[in-house]
Amino acid sequence: MVYGLCLVLFCIGLYGALRKRNVIKIIMGIIICEYSANLFFIMMGYRSQGRAPIMAEGGPIANMVDPLPQSMVLTTIVVGLSTTILLVALAIRLYEKYGTFDITKIRELKG
Amino acid sequence: MAAKLLPFLTATPLAGAFFVCLLGRRFRSFPPLIGVLVPGALLGVSLFIWRAVLKTGPVYHFIGGWKPPYGIPMVCDGLSVFMLITVYGVASCIALYAVSYMQKYTALWKFYALFLLILTGLSGVLLSGDLFDLFVYLELTSLSACTLVAFGTERQELEAAFKYGVMNTIGGLFILFGIAFLYGYASTLNMADLAGVLAAKGAGNKVVPLVSVLFLVGFGLKAAIVPFHAWLPDAHPSAPAPISAMLSGLIIKCSGIYALFRIFCCVLGPQPHVMSALLFLGALSIGVGSFLAIGQTDFKRLLAYSSLTQVGTIVLGISLGTPLGILGGLYHLFNHAVFKSLLFLNSGALEYATGTRDIEALGGMSKKMPTTTATNLIASMSISGIPPFNGFWSKLIIIIAAVQARRYGYAVVVVVGSLLTLASFAKVMRYAFQGSLKEKWSAVKEVPIPMQSAMVLLALVCVAGGLLLLPSLKAAFITPAVQVLLNGVAYAKVFGGILG
Repeated sequence: MVYGLCLVLFCIGLYGALRKRNVIKIIMGIIICEYSANLFFIMMGYRSQGRAPIMAEGGPIANMVDPLPQSMVLTTIVVGLSTTILLVALAIRLYEKYGTFDITKIRELKG
Repeated sequence: MAAKLLPFLTATPLAGAFFVCLLGRRFRSFPPLIGVLVPGALLGVSLFIWRAVLKTGPVYHFIGGWKPPYGIPMVCDGLSVFMLITVYGVASCIALYAVSYMQKYTALWKFYALFLLILTGLSGVLLSGDLFDLFVYLELTSLSACTLVAFGTERQELEAAFKYGVMNTIGGLFILFGIAFLYGYASTLNMADLAGVLAAKGAGNKVVPLVSVLFLVGFGLKAAIVPFHAWLPDAHPSAPAPISAMLSGLIIKCSGIYALFRIFCCVLGPQPHVMSALLFLGALSIGVGSFLAIGQTDFKRLLAYSSLTQVGTIVLGISLGTPLGILGGLYHLFNHAVFKSLLFLNSGALEYATGTRDIEALGGMSKKMPTTTATNLIASMSISGIPPFNGFWSKLIIIIAAVQARRYGYAVVVVVGSLLTLASFAKVMRYAFQGSLKEKWSAVKEVPIPMQSAMVLLALVCVAGGLLLLPSLKAAFITPAVQVLLNGVAYAKVFGGILG
């Protein structure tokens, strides 16, 4: 059920990235996609009533969430951050050159 | 010994990029020096590793000493080493070419830093034995490539870079979703361990088909297989010529085709319906690419469309699934890396000398630029499949394999695609190089020596490429790579007894 909502979020982001005309909205669509992927990955490692995966003295902790997806999501957040920075920088330069954020007016490449 | 060298394949270009950023602003001759030395040195190292792989089988290194399935392993088997040698060989020639070509740009050190980062990403993709690690290296490659597409910061280059960035990020996210599903299902991301676990769970689950579709879309976007190709014809022509050569010759192969078949053959296990889907998409790419290429007058755009055709041919060959088909596909991958890079360098040379890429505006260049003309002729004949150049042999093998597998329709598609390619490159030769010299171009000179020597080197590989089919060379270079894909999920045994 929750996983399904995650996929719905991904589809919303994908719709934004593919269907919107404003460059900034396209970038926001991609950010939503990234967040849904991260959320999905985190939930893969979650178990109900789970505790933070911190080792303490005096034996192992019984009900621990999986720490591996969390560390991976940290990495994907960094990757997503750099992607976003690059795209926004490109959007700024596009605005300088074309004077608009409208993607339908930014099309000189054809064929 | 060879196993200890594996981390250096990714660490050296990374360190190179760091020092280029640090010192490149001060010393203008430092970045080109590093840019040529690093791929050259890595080529030497990869040849050394190749010898070790031949002698003892796959070599591997565990980062930080963590044994699988916990740590991140670096694995170098026959397929990886085949790709590594191709990548470093072509990249060395490209770096040599860039020494003179990039002089006209101002931010030289930025170019070399990003070039080395691409090299890091490619080595990482080829060596990684961990699915998530693979994803990180993929993103590193596509981010630095995307920045280099926008390197000229003109209107069209920015537009192409934005399109490339958006498409590649979405492709990457599809791959990430696939990885998350696999992790949730199998609780491991070590590729060898994953292959073992999935094989043990057996067929009949619903996760593997779902993941296959996600990976097909994700890597299809990275490899620009039709219908996921929309970014390629814009992005490849917009970059500076050396980077176009990297993009078309190496990046779509490593981060697209290599990763696709590594995962589908070695981790998920070859599934008949995925392979037939790939066959169809390959044939579709051949058709779309070759028809669109003929209509182009921009030289680099024509080359980008012809990349679609060649990628289609490679995918079609490998996904036939027979030993001969995989041999033809991998051999064509090597050949295409060489001659498509050469063609992009030729187009860069034309642009360097005349300032235009429109082949109809040119003419009679054979009188002014003999080296460029000769190398372009060799590359054109290779890509169109004219004997005795290397492209002929690989296409012949793919066609024979298709006939042997009783896929007659696909054999016909490859033949027709080859003929259409011939037509489009005959057009380039006719318009740009033959005919009478226009008044405007009477002052055009041949390009500088480093650019010429890079083109001649690649042209020599094109001529000599047919020799790779000699039994002894074939057994040493291509056959181990073919074996890796044929053995499929036997990849699970790559670490010997360590995984148990």
